[in-house]
Parts: sequence; structure tokens; C-alpha cells
Amino acid sequence: MGEAPVLLRATNVTKAYAGVQALRSASLELRAGEVHALVGENGAGKSTLIKILTGAVLPDGGEISLDGAVLPQLSPAAAKALGIAAIYQQPALFPELTVAENIALGIEKTGRWGRVDWRERHRRAAALLARVGARIDPERDAGELSMPQQQLVEIARALGTGARVLILDEPTASLSKDDTDNLFRVVRELRAEGVGMIYISHRLEELPVIADRVTVLRDGTTIATREMADVNREQLIQMMVGRELSAVFPKRTVPLGDTVLELRGLGCTASGVSDISLSVRAGEIVGLSGLVGAGRSELARTIFGLTPSDRGEILVRGKQVRITCPADAIGHGIAYVPEDRRRHGVVLEMPVSENVTLAALGNLTRFGALDFRRERELAADYAQRLGVKTASIRSLVSTLSGGNQQKVALSRWLVTKPALLMLDEPTQGIDVGAKSEIHELMMELVGEGVAILMISSELPEILGMSDRVAVMHGGTIVSVLDRADATPERVLARALGEKTSEFRTLVAAGGGAA
Amino acid sequence: MPRVLLHLGRHKREMPPAVALLAVLLAVLVAAPSFFGASNLRDLALNNAPVLLVALGMTLVILVGEIDISVGSQFAVCSVAAGLLAKAGVPIVLVPVLVIVLGAAMGSVNGLLVGSLGLPSIIVTLAMLVAWRDALRWGTEGAWVQDLPESFQWFGLAPGAAQALIVLIAVVVLVIAGWALRNLAAGRNLYAVGSDDEAARLAGIDSRRVTFGVFAVTGGLVGLAAVLNAVRFNAVPSNAGIGLELQAVAAVVVGGTAITGGRGTVLGTLIGVLLLGTIGTAMTYVGISPFWAKAIQGLIILAALVADAVLARLERHGSLFRRGPVAAR
Repeated sequence: MGEAPVLLRATNVTKAYAGVQALRSASLELRAGEVHALVGENGAGKSTLIKILTGAVLPDGGEISLDGAVLPQLSPAAAKALGIAAIYQQPALFPELTVAENIALGIEKTGRWGRVDWRERHRRAAALLARVGARIDPERDAGELSMPQQQLVEIARALGTGARVLILDEPTASLSKDDTDNLFRVVRELRAEGVGMIYISHRLEELPVIADRVTVLRDGTTIATREMADVNREQLIQMMVGRELSAVFPKRTVPLGDTVLELRGLGCTASGVSDISLSVRAGEIVGLSGLVGAGRSELARTIFGLTPSDRGEILVRGKQVRITCPADAIGHGIAYVPEDRRRHGVVLEMPVSENVTLAALGNLTRFGALDFRRERELAADYAQRLGVKTASIRSLVSTLSGGNQQKVALSRWLVTKPALLMLDEPTQGIDVGAKSEIHELMMELVGEGVAILMISSELPEILGMSDRVAVMHGGTIVSVLDRADATPERVLARALGEKTSEFRTLVAAGGGAA
Repeated sequence: MPRVLLHLGRHKREMPPAVALLAVLLAVLVAAPSFFGASNLRDLALNNAPVLLVALGMTLVILVGEIDISVGSQFAVCSVAAGLLAKAGVPIVLVPVLVIVLGAAMGSVNGLLVGSLGLPSIIVTLAMLVAWRDALRWGTEGAWVQDLPESFQWFGLAPGAAQALIVLIAVVVLVIAGWALRNLAAGRNLYAVGSDDEAARLAGIDSRRVTFGVFAVTGGLVGLAAVLNAVRFNAVPSNAGIGLELQAVAAVVVGGTAITGGRGTVLGTLIGVLLLGTIGTAMTYVGISPFWAKAIQGLIILAALVADAVLARLERHGSLFRRGPVAAR
């Protein structure tokens, strides 16, 4: 290895979304016949880099070259024509079409009058499926196939388009051991045929088995590219998190009060969380950490009654309660500021004032009718307290910036005077100023005795704001760390799930084979 | 800005139909002042009072982002029921109450299917439109309800008093609906569900209950409308209310309520009812063939939808044809 020609090269690629810098300086070099692992925390910029390489997003700066030729203005169609294809964790086949039809889409040139050559279509699908070692009838509906089978069909389709660069985004995230082994076999065969593969995975223990080299991305910057044989898991984690806590968090210690929320063996089959035991005390911030898909938001939604629990107990101030809908949760003093506020945290087409009072209308009536004066006062009061920048409290929330919308979403729940405030990614995608204002507000709230459960994908935020850190993996809490014990390495290692010893054996096996 | 303009600014969605209504009335005033004769105005009011009541219900349904096209068939069932109840000797003051309950029950069926089961309202109410209509046809075999007691027509009152009462009831319901939408938590919840039902759910609003409620209330209003319409005559037809759903939906949409829900007022609906209700009669007064009336009404509805889309586009992009900025992530 190592002498193969460079197939694809990204150099110092930068990209900002609405003022948030997703990529600062990302570089990646992929050789022909190489499996190149790409690792990094949530939000390190992996997805953005992939989107740029597949032409879905245009970079702000930097350079992409294929076979040494610089590619200006990559579009999805151009990327496909050049032989760059991506396979995502969730297969994107058309379930109602047959396997052969799925494979034919985008590959086939139609005959005269758009006529389809069914025999040729079937023959090609069978050949491509054979190439990825999949024993699948091309005439079956794609929707009938299992997940791993669909994945193979996608790879076959990608090969059918003449892909030389294959991007695999967490392909094994939901595969069994056997399916993973089969996928690896296909990957090795493709490698032998000279296909270059970028392999994204949170399962670090897989990497020594399948990858030749690894590139670590952190905060939108490429930290290092190493031969896989030269690094171990600890070193990788170190590179993924190894930053100084540059941001300053206004963390102060607050005397803790009684336990506000206690969960005992809580589970919800529908949303895939199980066996959750956790408590949050008044004045405490508990950070909920974990990778995307670990079940953090699902847990919050279960506590809030959006997907009611079907196992275990919820205790509020020591008393067992039943929460079957959000109104129940609100009645027990629980508030939830959801992720993705642009979609659901606020009602965009309603004024600031009506958004602020929406969850507390019951307390805002006089003789059954809404008290508009109190509504205005309340809205103006919270808008001022949280520093919401708006022309008027009558302005529609859709006219505000992201940070200000988030403050409106927060205000709505502060009005309800919650005992427990659950914040889901409270500062995601908002500017630095608004971010620290929200952190300051959180400290004020715990000072008043509110208990906070904060979900965040930003490790510094978790470590900087939390009194304790609960780490989730696979739908359950695998570890709860005190503030003093919560180091970036420990949190990430637990979020990644598998035990260190297991990793070592795999490294040994993979290293032995290489 | 002067206070009056501020006030108008809050009602900018109602402005286009209001202007159109004024234009129609002015044109008629010039071309055929006899339109404003007392008997014509009274007929207009009596004809449109039931339509207004149904359209008020439809406003609620459309505000939450649903639709109810079964109102015409419900109306027919309620009309026949009113006649049969009166004929069976039920005191005339009780008839409206019972018919309203019947209407609300039929509306509740829609509400259960749409709200609780989450079925699409257009299909549910289409099925109900056919089901109620044909059940009625089967039950009555097309026969009208005749030989009604004296107390039925005009509630047994003097016609003038009864006519005033009918119009007064419609106006009172209009005012109550307007007040409730603005001043009750339930009204606010309705707008929230119509704007973004997931966001409303996250704010603790039970959107299924809201949806159930609007269909049930609409059924009740249809029942009231049916009684107020039926008492104008001395017999009840078994095929009343054909096309009523179109009149109601049209009035609501023309009145500036967004067909996608979340925005609109009952004031707009009143304007819509008046505009669509007068334009047909006005045309005959001006000398245009009445055969054009339906086509013109259709054009008005289309114009209202196009105007709404254009306004929304202008608000969002500042221009009609430029594509909006691509949303980040």
C-alpha cells in the first residue's frame, strides 16, 4: 500500500452555514484501492465534507481534485458522472420499485421513445449484484429486502454508475456481526479492484479491521492523517477531542436542593430507550451526552409524554406520576425546549407575544377570557429579561434570528415556572453572543432552584455547564460521571460504547492480518 | 402611523375581499340602485344567514388546516329532522336545540375519524357527504316533510319578527365566534394547531382534541343553520343544502383565511359570504345573464387563492419570480 496514485484530494476546504463555521480547513487524500477512515465527534464537519465531495453543497474555499485535475463547481450530477458515490446509513432505495429498477435508475440510457430494455436491465442488475456478492433476486421489490441487503443493492447501483470513489457513511451502524463481516468482504474486494473508499464510522474498533489510513476531523479542521496500524483507540479519541476548552462557561456551583426528577428503569419501546435510571436535583444541571442516535432526544420526549413510557417509573419530587401526554408533563412542572426550534420549538407564523404565552394560556385568563394586557406585560418582561431582539412583541417569530427564536422558545417555558427544564441542543446553530447569554440564563435558573437536563452534542458545552454528565449509548444511560471525573476522553469513550478490552482484541486481530 | 391604519394593518388579509365587495356595491349603486330596495336586502340577508353560520364553522375547520365537505349533507339531514320533530309534536323551542345536538353528533363522527384516527379530512368528509345524503334519500324516499304544524313556519311568530330574529341569531353567533377565536385559550390553540400542529403538541396542546372540537362545533352550527333555513317555508325538502359545502369553503377562502390553516378571521368570512352572496343577485340587477353567476364565483375563488399565494411569496422572497435563498442545512 501507499504507492497507489492519489484518486481524490480535498485541500483546505472551508464552509460556513449562516455564520456558523462548519469547516475551517478540511483536507483529505484518498488513494485508489484504499479504505480511508474519517472520524470525528458530532459536528466535527464530517457530513459537510461528504456533502461537498458529492456536490450537494458548494464549498466557500479550498480545492477538490480528482486524478490531479481540479474540479470547479461540483454538482451532484457532475460528482456522479465523475464516479463519486455515497452510501448513507439509511438506504435510499425506492421501496415500491424492484431491485433491477432501482439499480437502473440514473444509470440507464433509454432507447428510442424512452423504451426500456427489460432483459438488459435484468442482466445488468444480476451482474452488479453478483459483483457485490449479494444473492438477491433482481425482480423483488426493494422494500421487501432487509436493511443489509438494501445496502448491498445501493453499493451495486453505485458500481453500476462506474463509481471509483465510494463514500460509506456509518454503513455498519445497524448491521449484525454477520452482515458486517459480509460488508467488509465486499469492501475488501472493491479495494482489490482499485475503488477508493471513504469510510465513516463511530465504531472505532472496526477501523483497524477494515481501514488502511485514518483522518481525524475536529471543529471543521483536519487534525491528522495516519496509517491505521500506527494509531490505537486512545490516540484516536485524544485527537478527536484534544482541544483546550477555549470557550468560557459561566459555571458557578449552586447549592443543590431536593431531587426534582427521578427515573427508575424507564423505557419506551416505540422510541427505543430502555432501562433508564437517573435523577436530577433542584439547582443541578445534568448534561446528557451521546452520539447521534444514542437516544438522548428520545429520552426527553418520553419524559415529556410525547412518546409515553411503557416501562419503569417517573417520580417528580419523590411522588410517582403518570405522564401520557405533554399536558401531563407540564402539569408536573416539566418543560421541554426541543431540538430544531425552527420547525417545532416556536410557531413561526405567530407573534412573539403569543409564542411566549402559548404553554401557559390556562394561567392567563380572567373570567375565562385571555387577559391581553397581562399577556403583553409577560411577553415584554421575558423578551427583556432574555434580551430577545425584536422590533415589537407583535412581530412574527419568523422574522427573528435563530438565537432570538431560541430565546422565545425558552421564554415560553420559563413562563410556566418549570421545576425541571429539559433543553435539547439549546445553543445549536446560534451565534456566540446568544450562546453565552443562554448559558448565563441557565445559571440564573439553577440559582432559582430549577433543575436542568441539557442534551448537547457539543462536548465542551456538556463539560462546561454540567454538574454531572450522563452518557447514553444504544438507547440507555451507560455511565454517569461527576463534573470532576468528566474528561472529554472519558465521555467520548463511553459514548462510543464498546469496551476498551474488546477494541484491543480487534486491533490485535486486525493488526495481525495486515 | 395613525391608530386607524394600525388597526387596518392587522386585517390586511381581509382587505382585498372588502375592497371587492365595496366595488361591487358601488357598481350596483350606480347601475341599478333598486338593488338596495328593502325587500331585496331582506331576501339577501335571509338567504345568507344560514350560509354565514355554516361558513363560520368552516372557518374553524380550515383554520386548523382541515376541511369539511359534508356540511351540505348534514344540512339536509338536519332540515328533515327539524321538520319531523315539529311534526311529532316536539315544542318548537326545543326543535332547534335537538337539531343542533344532532348536527354536533354528525360533526363528532367527522371529528373522531379525523382527529382521533388521523384520517385525511377531505376523504372522511367526502365519504360522509355521500353517506348522509344517500341515507336520507333512502329514509325519506325523496318525499318532503309536509303538513307541518302552524308553529313551525316562522317559529309561529309574525314573519317580520321571525326574520329579524334569524338575522339577529346569525349576527350574534358571528360576534361570539369572533370574540372566542381572539379571547379564549381554545381559540388561540386553534391557530397554533393550524400553523404547526407538531409545535402546538410540543407546547402541550392536544391537537387531536382541538380537531375533534372544530368538527363537532361545525356540525352544531350546521344544525342551527338548517333550522333557521327550514322555518322560512311550510314544507321541508329532502334535498336541501346541495352545494352548500362549496359556498361555505368559497366564502372562507375568499375572506382571506389561508387554506393551509393558521391564518384568518371570521370578519373575513363575513365579507366572503356577503361578496359571494351579493354578486349573483347584483349581476341580474346589472343585466348580466344569471348563467354567468357560478362562473364568476369560481373566478373570484381562484382570484382569492392566487392573491394569497402572491402575497405569501412577496412576503417571503420580496419578489414574485426570484427563487428564495436556499435554507442552510
